[in-house]
Amino acid sequence: MSLAGIWVILIPLICGLAAFAVGGRSARVIGLIGAGLTFLLSGLLVLHVWQSGVWIYQLGGWDVPLGISLRADGLSAFLIGMTGAVGLGISLYAVRYFEDEDEALTPDPSPDPSAPLRTGAGRGGTEVWLPGTSYWPLWMLLWASLNVLFLSNDIFNLYVGLELLTLASVALIILQREQAAIVAGLRYLLAAFLGSMAYLLGVALIYADAGVLDLGLLADAELTGTATQVAGGLMAVGLLLKAALFPLHFWLPAAHSSAPAPVSAALSALVVKGAFYLLIRLWFEVFESAGTVSVEQMIGALGAVAIVVGSFQAIRQARLKLMIAYSTVAQVGYLFIMIPLAGSFGDPEASWRFEAWTGGLYHALSHGFAKASMFLAAGVLLSALGHDRVWHLAGSASRFPVIYLSFGIAGMSLMGLPPSAGFVGKWLMLRSAVESGQWWWVVILLVGGLLTAGYVAIVLSQAIQHDVEEHTEPHPVPKLMTVMVFALAAMSLLLGLRAAEPLELLEIGAPFQTLMSMVED
Amino acid sequence: MDWGFWLPQIMLFSSLIPALVIFLLRDEQFWLRTSLNLGGSAVKLVLAGIMAWGVLAEGRTYEASLPFLHNQELVLRVEPLSLMLVGLSSVLWFITTIYAIGYLENSPNRTRFFGFFSLCVTATIGIALAGNLITFLIFYEMLSVVTYPLVVHRGTPAALAAGRTYLLYTLGGGVLLLLGIIWLQVLAGPVSFEPGGTIDFLLDDHRTELTVIFGLLIAGLGVKAAIVPLHRWLPEAMIAPAPVSALLHAVAVVKAGAYGIVRVVYDVYGLELSNQLNVLLPLALFAGFTIIYGSVRALGEFDLKRRLAYSTVSQVSYIALGTALLGPAATVGATVHLIHQGIMKITLFFCAGVFAEARHIHDIREMSGVGRSMPLTMSAFTLGAFGMIGVPPLAGFVSKWYLGIGSLESNAPWVIVILVASSVMNAAYFLPIVYKGWFGEPHEEIDVVEAERFQVAEAPWSLLGPALATAGISLLAGLLAAWAYSPLSLAEIVANQRMISP
Repeated sequence: MSLAGIWVILIPLICGLAAFAVGGRSARVIGLIGAGLTFLLSGLLVLHVWQSGVWIYQLGGWDVPLGISLRADGLSAFLIGMTGAVGLGISLYAVRYFEDEDEALTPDPSPDPSAPLRTGAGRGGTEVWLPGTSYWPLWMLLWASLNVLFLSNDIFNLYVGLELLTLASVALIILQREQAAIVAGLRYLLAAFLGSMAYLLGVALIYADAGVLDLGLLADAELTGTATQVAGGLMAVGLLLKAALFPLHFWLPAAHSSAPAPVSAALSALVVKGAFYLLIRLWFEVFESAGTVSVEQMIGALGAVAIVVGSFQAIRQARLKLMIAYSTVAQVGYLFIMIPLAGSFGDPEASWRFEAWTGGLYHALSHGFAKASMFLAAGVLLSALGHDRVWHLAGSASRFPVIYLSFGIAGMSLMGLPPSAGFVGKWLMLRSAVESGQWWWVVILLVGGLLTAGYVAIVLSQAIQHDVEEHTEPHPVPKLMTVMVFALAAMSLLLGLRAAEPLELLEIGAPFQTLMSMVED
Repeated sequence: MDWGFWLPQIMLFSSLIPALVIFLLRDEQFWLRTSLNLGGSAVKLVLAGIMAWGVLAEGRTYEASLPFLHNQELVLRVEPLSLMLVGLSSVLWFITTIYAIGYLENSPNRTRFFGFFSLCVTATIGIALAGNLITFLIFYEMLSVVTYPLVVHRGTPAALAAGRTYLLYTLGGGVLLLLGIIWLQVLAGPVSFEPGGTIDFLLDDHRTELTVIFGLLIAGLGVKAAIVPLHRWLPEAMIAPAPVSALLHAVAVVKAGAYGIVRVVYDVYGLELSNQLNVLLPLALFAGFTIIYGSVRALGEFDLKRRLAYSTVSQVSYIALGTALLGPAATVGATVHLIHQGIMKITLFFCAGVFAEARHIHDIREMSGVGRSMPLTMSAFTLGAFGMIGVPPLAGFVSKWYLGIGSLESNAPWVIVILVASSVMNAAYFLPIVYKGWFGEPHEEIDVVEAERFQVAEAPWSLLGPALATAGISLLAGLLAAWAYSPLSLAEIVANQRMISP
């Protein structure tokens, strides 16, 4: 069990390579086996950390600083667990999604005059591009690189994980070879490379200054000085770009909304969290002493603007997938409110720091499940109705009740309404803001919830609206897809009913002087 | 098996599980859905009976604490006050389910309707059983969400507009409540509901904060309790199908707000602290104004359901007013009105639904002579209306009597003026309906053939039965008020628990 941390990286990597080598329809089987195994291994790793505390593994038996180490504390386990569960849900959905998709693209022996909606490249030719077969290797690679990111314990290895993540993401976005997706994908690639370069430059500066790359050693070195500040700034900006914090979010809506549904779900629910994870890992553990109140407040302010602007943009969108993508911009804003709350404002031993940190992470968890469910729901509607125009959904609630029920539950979680995981995150962050007396964040957290309600209600009320027109029979949707949409939404609800254990997991190895279990009310 | 631990949870699951299963059914699966609905509500009714017996006769406590956050638990507790709302919602859910089955038999989206209907009751039971603030908040917000699909059920533009208003108000109220609760918990730690309150120790250092928090909590709760100026959603929400309006006005939403106010005043702040903070007079003034305002507006409405809605605005504030007066008799009057208003108002809404379904009567001017062809429905309506006016020996009289005595006890004679004025206006907007219904000439536009106009043609029993049942209950609640298990006796127990010096 103690090796689960290695296999959780290796298995998706191996399965991805195997799926690539085998190709064709068997890629799907290998991908699915990989997803199942990675899910189980993620569970084992969580269990291991839960039972025996922080897990550290020296690769090849070499100690740091010579060797490289992998490390899983509560935070890593928390996010690996989330990735495992969301990843499994997305994988099961993707099986049927791409089966459907590939069937539509495979040239029929008896050509159908009423051509399907897609006019992808290669159509009609002898060589047919089937997105499904390429999906699995890339998706496995993406999953592996996420786990690399969560487990690596030195800043260069983290860079490698980050870069792999970007490459896999871009390839997945342009999977369907549509014009819009290619443009969005390339823009994403450029933005992400810019981010990576900034980060790498920062790594180089740090290495030149300190001579080590290991996170633990860097934290002990208590770096100060101009070089460190410049390095920290570069790394932060690079990661903010990848995490799409306003105003660096410009690439996100197009990229996330033009990808196929399982990819959109993975990008919004998981990939964004990768960059966010790395940022808070560095912020609170390595550059602990570098953050000043004004910088933290500024990042929080960007988060606040992201919440407001993202939500209003979401409300204005006419297409469902774009709406959900803008919602991600807003929700990312919530995550960054954590920085000023858990940062250096006020008493360093106060318990509100840890509260805000866990609150933000719990919000990330809830967003992971809820946003995946939402994008997958949009995928179901898109393939069933042939469009995702919000103002033309009238009457579809009666035909897809489970989809809209899930959308509503996921929306509740995004709004932070109880009982949902989003509520737990919001509750903790609000508590922290009230305790520390930072009232301005209280206002933004509360208003943000109402704005979220705005766009969720638009979709639901459109769908529930009495249908006046006669519609053509919707394209049948495989049941497994609907089940996965619901399962992910249900998880975002259930995690709000019993949050005690996940919160305790986060305490393992947390970088704070006062943990919640130490506070007696 | 520890029944004290499990019973409150089974109480929740008896409607939660049917709700979840119903969502999986198709609209056509009538029998399965109906047996789930009725089975669940029967189980709930029996459990409510068992718990009432256990608490009142044997002095047991039923309590379940489930871990939720760090040092923050979800607590479900059965004690006399929670028993009032539990009893009310169990009984009325059972009756309303029968009514709703009859009402919606052939309309579309029944699965969705009954699923959310059951969730709505689950949330109300959760509110009733909540043993601390956070549990209350969770079910309170859950109620806001699950009621929305019921309000917009018909999917018409008007229904959607009403739904928008409803969400705006109720989510806005939720935000205020959330802020108030978090602030209070930051000062006091987890706050549980104990008669007499638990936060007195904060008075010396945090007087201003406590006052502001009280304002936030009451404003958040006041939205659902429809206290002016936060009442506007309630008349709009009238657009919902009759069984929903019935439940909304009698049990679920407005009652959740009023119940919350009772909890905050008596069991969070406590009499002592509320008195010292001087926060109750403003509450009483708002409630008093709401009573008058609701009645005046009701006078001006000619749509039957809208008139009833404004009547609800007015009547629910009796609860807040009685709570704010703080005397023992006022407390009895306020808490007993939680139940009395529910059974009387649900009768009226059942009847309004019957008139609308069977005769397409929506405007009260069309009600002329309807009593001749529907004497039983009209009798039930009359009982409900007389109860609202406060005619002895009906339930409404008991409430008003105790509120009146309470206002004298608390040296607030102005409240008597409000009570009298409100009763006069109640009579002014209900008596003409009753008079016209019985003695007016049948309206010519009624689509009944001339010869049949005077024949008795009641609605089906599934609609009529529930109306008669609740009318009967509101009569009995008044007649048997002295019985040891009547709502009044229960209210007296509740009041006794909360009075330090009577």
